[in-house]
Amino acid sequence: MNGPIRARDALLDPIFDNNPIALQVLGVCSALAVTTSMSAALVMSLAVIGVLTGSNATISMIRRQVPFRIRIVVQLTVIASLVIVTDEILQAFAYEIAQQLSVFIGLIITNCIVMGRAESYAMEHGPALSSLDGLGNALGYSVVLLFVAFFRELLGSGTVFGVTILRPSLDGGWYEPNGFMLLAPAAALLIGCFIWLLRTLRPEQLEEELTLGTLPEPGGEGRIR
Amino acid sequence: MEHYLSLAAKAVFVENLALSFFLGMCSFLAVSRKVETALGLGAAVIFVLGITVPVNQVINATLLEPGSLSWLPVEGVDLSFLTYLFLIGTIAAMVQVVEMAIDRYFPVLHQTLGVFLPLIAVNCAILGGSLFMVERNYTLAESTVYGLASGVGWALAIVALAAIRERLRYSNPPAALRGLGLTFMIVGLMSMAFMIFSGILL
Repeated sequence: MNGPIRARDALLDPIFDNNPIALQVLGVCSALAVTTSMSAALVMSLAVIGVLTGSNATISMIRRQVPFRIRIVVQLTVIASLVIVTDEILQAFAYEIAQQLSVFIGLIITNCIVMGRAESYAMEHGPALSSLDGLGNALGYSVVLLFVAFFRELLGSGTVFGVTILRPSLDGGWYEPNGFMLLAPAAALLIGCFIWLLRTLRPEQLEEELTLGTLPEPGGEGRIR
Repeated sequence: MEHYLSLAAKAVFVENLALSFFLGMCSFLAVSRKVETALGLGAAVIFVLGITVPVNQVINATLLEPGSLSWLPVEGVDLSFLTYLFLIGTIAAMVQVVEMAIDRYFPVLHQTLGVFLPLIAVNCAILGGSLFMVERNYTLAESTVYGLASGVGWALAIVALAAIRERLRYSNPPAALRGLGLTFMIVGLMSMAFMIFSGILL
């Protein structure tokens, strides 16, 4: 049987080969907004890992009982409940970071990764594989999040996880902090660079070149959620 | 009046949902290949935000806010932990109702907006608008203005991005940057341009 191989693929594929942010264009919103510091990005990643694994497992378990027409509402309810639990846990144990993340924890509900994986994977596979797929996709998301946060925090304030690496000149060091890195546009540029890097290393992920006159119709735009 | 004008200007330019909070990015990147489709989606977002934010404000103020249930005979009921569930439920239901209403009364409009409406229920910009409304304690009038204005801001951003991407077809970037990578960089540059508005107070 190829069970173990499928399980490994479900877990590892989304990290680099089928990364949710870089290739599937899912769940980009929060990736850009919460990456000014490593600790915020880590907490956000953990929250997404919890919600995505839980939602994929739950939805996969009830997939045969849910009538097809109302599946979206059921999925949203499951996801929203999991997000509420996550939010309450964060409010209780990591209050300051929860304040810093403000609305973005709530926005995990509409994070397209969660809906996207529920709809395209968990509705068709068993609970074990689905939770591995959820975990894998959440890890793929975390990799991008931490990559972006690492550079933004290191170059923007000279620290990593709040520990000074490059001593800023205000503190008597030599490093002149690049304030631009802490602003929103830097995140978009860094994700652009991440995709550039990933696709240079893995040329099979290149997008087909669009030639004039053969633009895809809006209905057929591939991996859109 | 001035207060509302400045709230609207702030929601459109200074706190643009797409370019300064990066909300609704998935459809922002995916549906911005052509100006026409971008316009359709933009219009649908204005429409849905303009309806859901005030509706959610009413629900939040009458049911969910701490202390808003004091008219009940029971003491100490606090439903604020249900906020997310109520907000997303309202949005999904409103989108459905709006779609049916448009289909019934404005079939022409339905042809343009129809494909986008189901997509919008899970657009983070819509939920984001409602969450910001809760966080900032807007009144009913304020949230109507805020909903419409932030929708206009989002539509403005996606139409601008689509226009840029149409021109980009004539460019010749490195192969690995083509498509999504370059789009992200353009979004970064646009958001940088929008930063000149920050600090403007009317």
